[in-house]
Amino acid sequence: MAIKRKGMVNLNRPGIFVYGALAAVLIASLFPFYWSFLIGSGDSTTVRDPNMSWIPLGNFFENASTVINADAVNFWKALGNSLIVSTTVSVTTVVLSTLAGYAFAKLRFKGSGGLFIAVIATMAVPVQLGVVPLYIIMSRYGWTGSLWAVIIPALVTAFGVFWMTQYMEQSLPTELIEAARVDGCNMIRTFWHVAVPAVRPAAAMLFLFTFVQSWNNFFWPFIVLDQSNPTLPVALSVLQASYFVDYSLVLAGVLLATVPLLILFVFTGRQLVSGIMAGAVKG
Amino acid sequence: MATTEVEPRPAQYTWRDRLGRWDVKASPYLYIAPFFIVFGLTGLFPIIYTAVISFMDWDSIRNTGEFLGWDNFQYVLNDRQFWIALRNTFSIFLLSSVPQVIIATFIAAMLDHNLRARTFWRMGVLVPYVMMPVAVALIFSQLFGDTYGLINHWLGYIGIGPIAWHIDVIPSHIAIASMVNFRWIGYNALILLAAMQAIPRELYEAAAIDGAGKARRFFSVTLPQIRPTAIFVIITSTIGGLQIFDEPRMFDTTGTGGPDKQWLTITMYMYNTGWGQLNFGRAAAIAWLLFLIILAFGLLNFWLTRRLISSDTSGSK
Repeated sequence: MAIKRKGMVNLNRPGIFVYGALAAVLIASLFPFYWSFLIGSGDSTTVRDPNMSWIPLGNFFENASTVINADAVNFWKALGNSLIVSTTVSVTTVVLSTLAGYAFAKLRFKGSGGLFIAVIATMAVPVQLGVVPLYIIMSRYGWTGSLWAVIIPALVTAFGVFWMTQYMEQSLPTELIEAARVDGCNMIRTFWHVAVPAVRPAAAMLFLFTFVQSWNNFFWPFIVLDQSNPTLPVALSVLQASYFVDYSLVLAGVLLATVPLLILFVFTGRQLVSGIMAGAVKG
Repeated sequence: MATTEVEPRPAQYTWRDRLGRWDVKASPYLYIAPFFIVFGLTGLFPIIYTAVISFMDWDSIRNTGEFLGWDNFQYVLNDRQFWIALRNTFSIFLLSSVPQVIIATFIAAMLDHNLRARTFWRMGVLVPYVMMPVAVALIFSQLFGDTYGLINHWLGYIGIGPIAWHIDVIPSHIAIASMVNFRWIGYNALILLAAMQAIPRELYEAAAIDGAGKARRFFSVTLPQIRPTAIFVIITSTIGGLQIFDEPRMFDTTGTGGPDKQWLTITMYMYNTGWGQLNFGRAAAIAWLLFLIILAFGLLNFWLTRRLISSDTSGSK
């Protein structure tokens, strides 16, 4: 009986095994980064040497500058393009999803139920289904190769609308909206002064998820952009195709392309974690 | 005096009233309009257009098509590559989703303790999620190098001969699946962790009083309680997993899915048909077949889910 009591108190206390397992997971998560840094700081033979040193050699900056200055890769342009695309798309997604989510969660209008089901249904549609005609349309209007071709289809997502609707249904009291209306606010002012301040946490999370997703997106940019005006993933595919004989360069480039999001993660990882966990409870 | 003052007011009121009513009626539609316009132009219209093109012999230079009927579908369904791609896609999907859910559940159970530096551990498992699939693929394709790769080197220590990751079918699938797993295990672990934390602690205490040990509590309390969330994770990974492109595309430098199409997936097959051979009609047909496969799989999942949940009387919400 005494043993059971003790067990109850300690039900949730982690032992050495738990910390050990988590440390192993952490090492496995970080290992590929470190390993590419090792290879990226070596020379073309390092990748072929399984007995390589576990301490980085000194060539990383040299390799990195070779990648940055390689004409075929267009590194700075790719970095700038990725920043432009991901920022634009995240801003518009947050703004337009908040507007639509507010309407679905808090306003009464004819057809809202059916239209919301339409939003959910579009989440299950794979990108592949629209890519062929989208490419045909883009090339007809001469947009292939331009960032517009990547930005426009991604201006707003069904997931964003769904996410904001869910959040506002649960966290935005209808009384607040009614009070603002009684005080004489028109619809858009009510939205601006009541809804927008209340949804900031959810909007910040949506921004982060959209940013990460857009930054990492490869399939459509790879189809519609060419190597003279790439985003980072497209530039990486060029890097692999042109420098595959020297993997110290390829992996130095991989690391360069990954660092911006790692920095973002250091500052916003906490929000990403709670966003994923909040989304799961609702989902 | 009183009449002159009162009379204009009703007029003013009706004007404002009308404006207000218009505001109330039209605003919701204005707010949702951007989403539906963007979706209509870049989603719905292309989907319908894909259906039209899939019945055409599309001339990609003049951007016009000639009606063919079911020829594209017939060609694709009779093409050996399509079936190889389908096999590979399912194989990679199974090799990534099954271990993914199991390992993620295990990690979630580890995280579901009174940990010190809780946020640190949670962020730690999420790091791989922010990494580009393309970057992960470039790193892992070297780790899984056939001759000099680190994985083969390590396997050598335990007496497993060098595995031909880039030649044999199943090993190439394992290598590609491990890239997917690397990126998504932590993400899914956090989803499952959220489900675990929603379990009332009294259930564990009651089980402990009844003499259930740690393992028993995990299998008899935790697992049944997180089942709906686990199924949600499986369904979302199905939709994503069947579309896989980035990792197999970057697995070698040619991007064609291997000399014998060992790791050609449906989306790669579609890309090669559309932008390699410039046959947009056939690519559109492949896109529709892929969509139908995902839909069928999703419905199967949904049906299984409902059966599982309704047969479960132990009260998983």
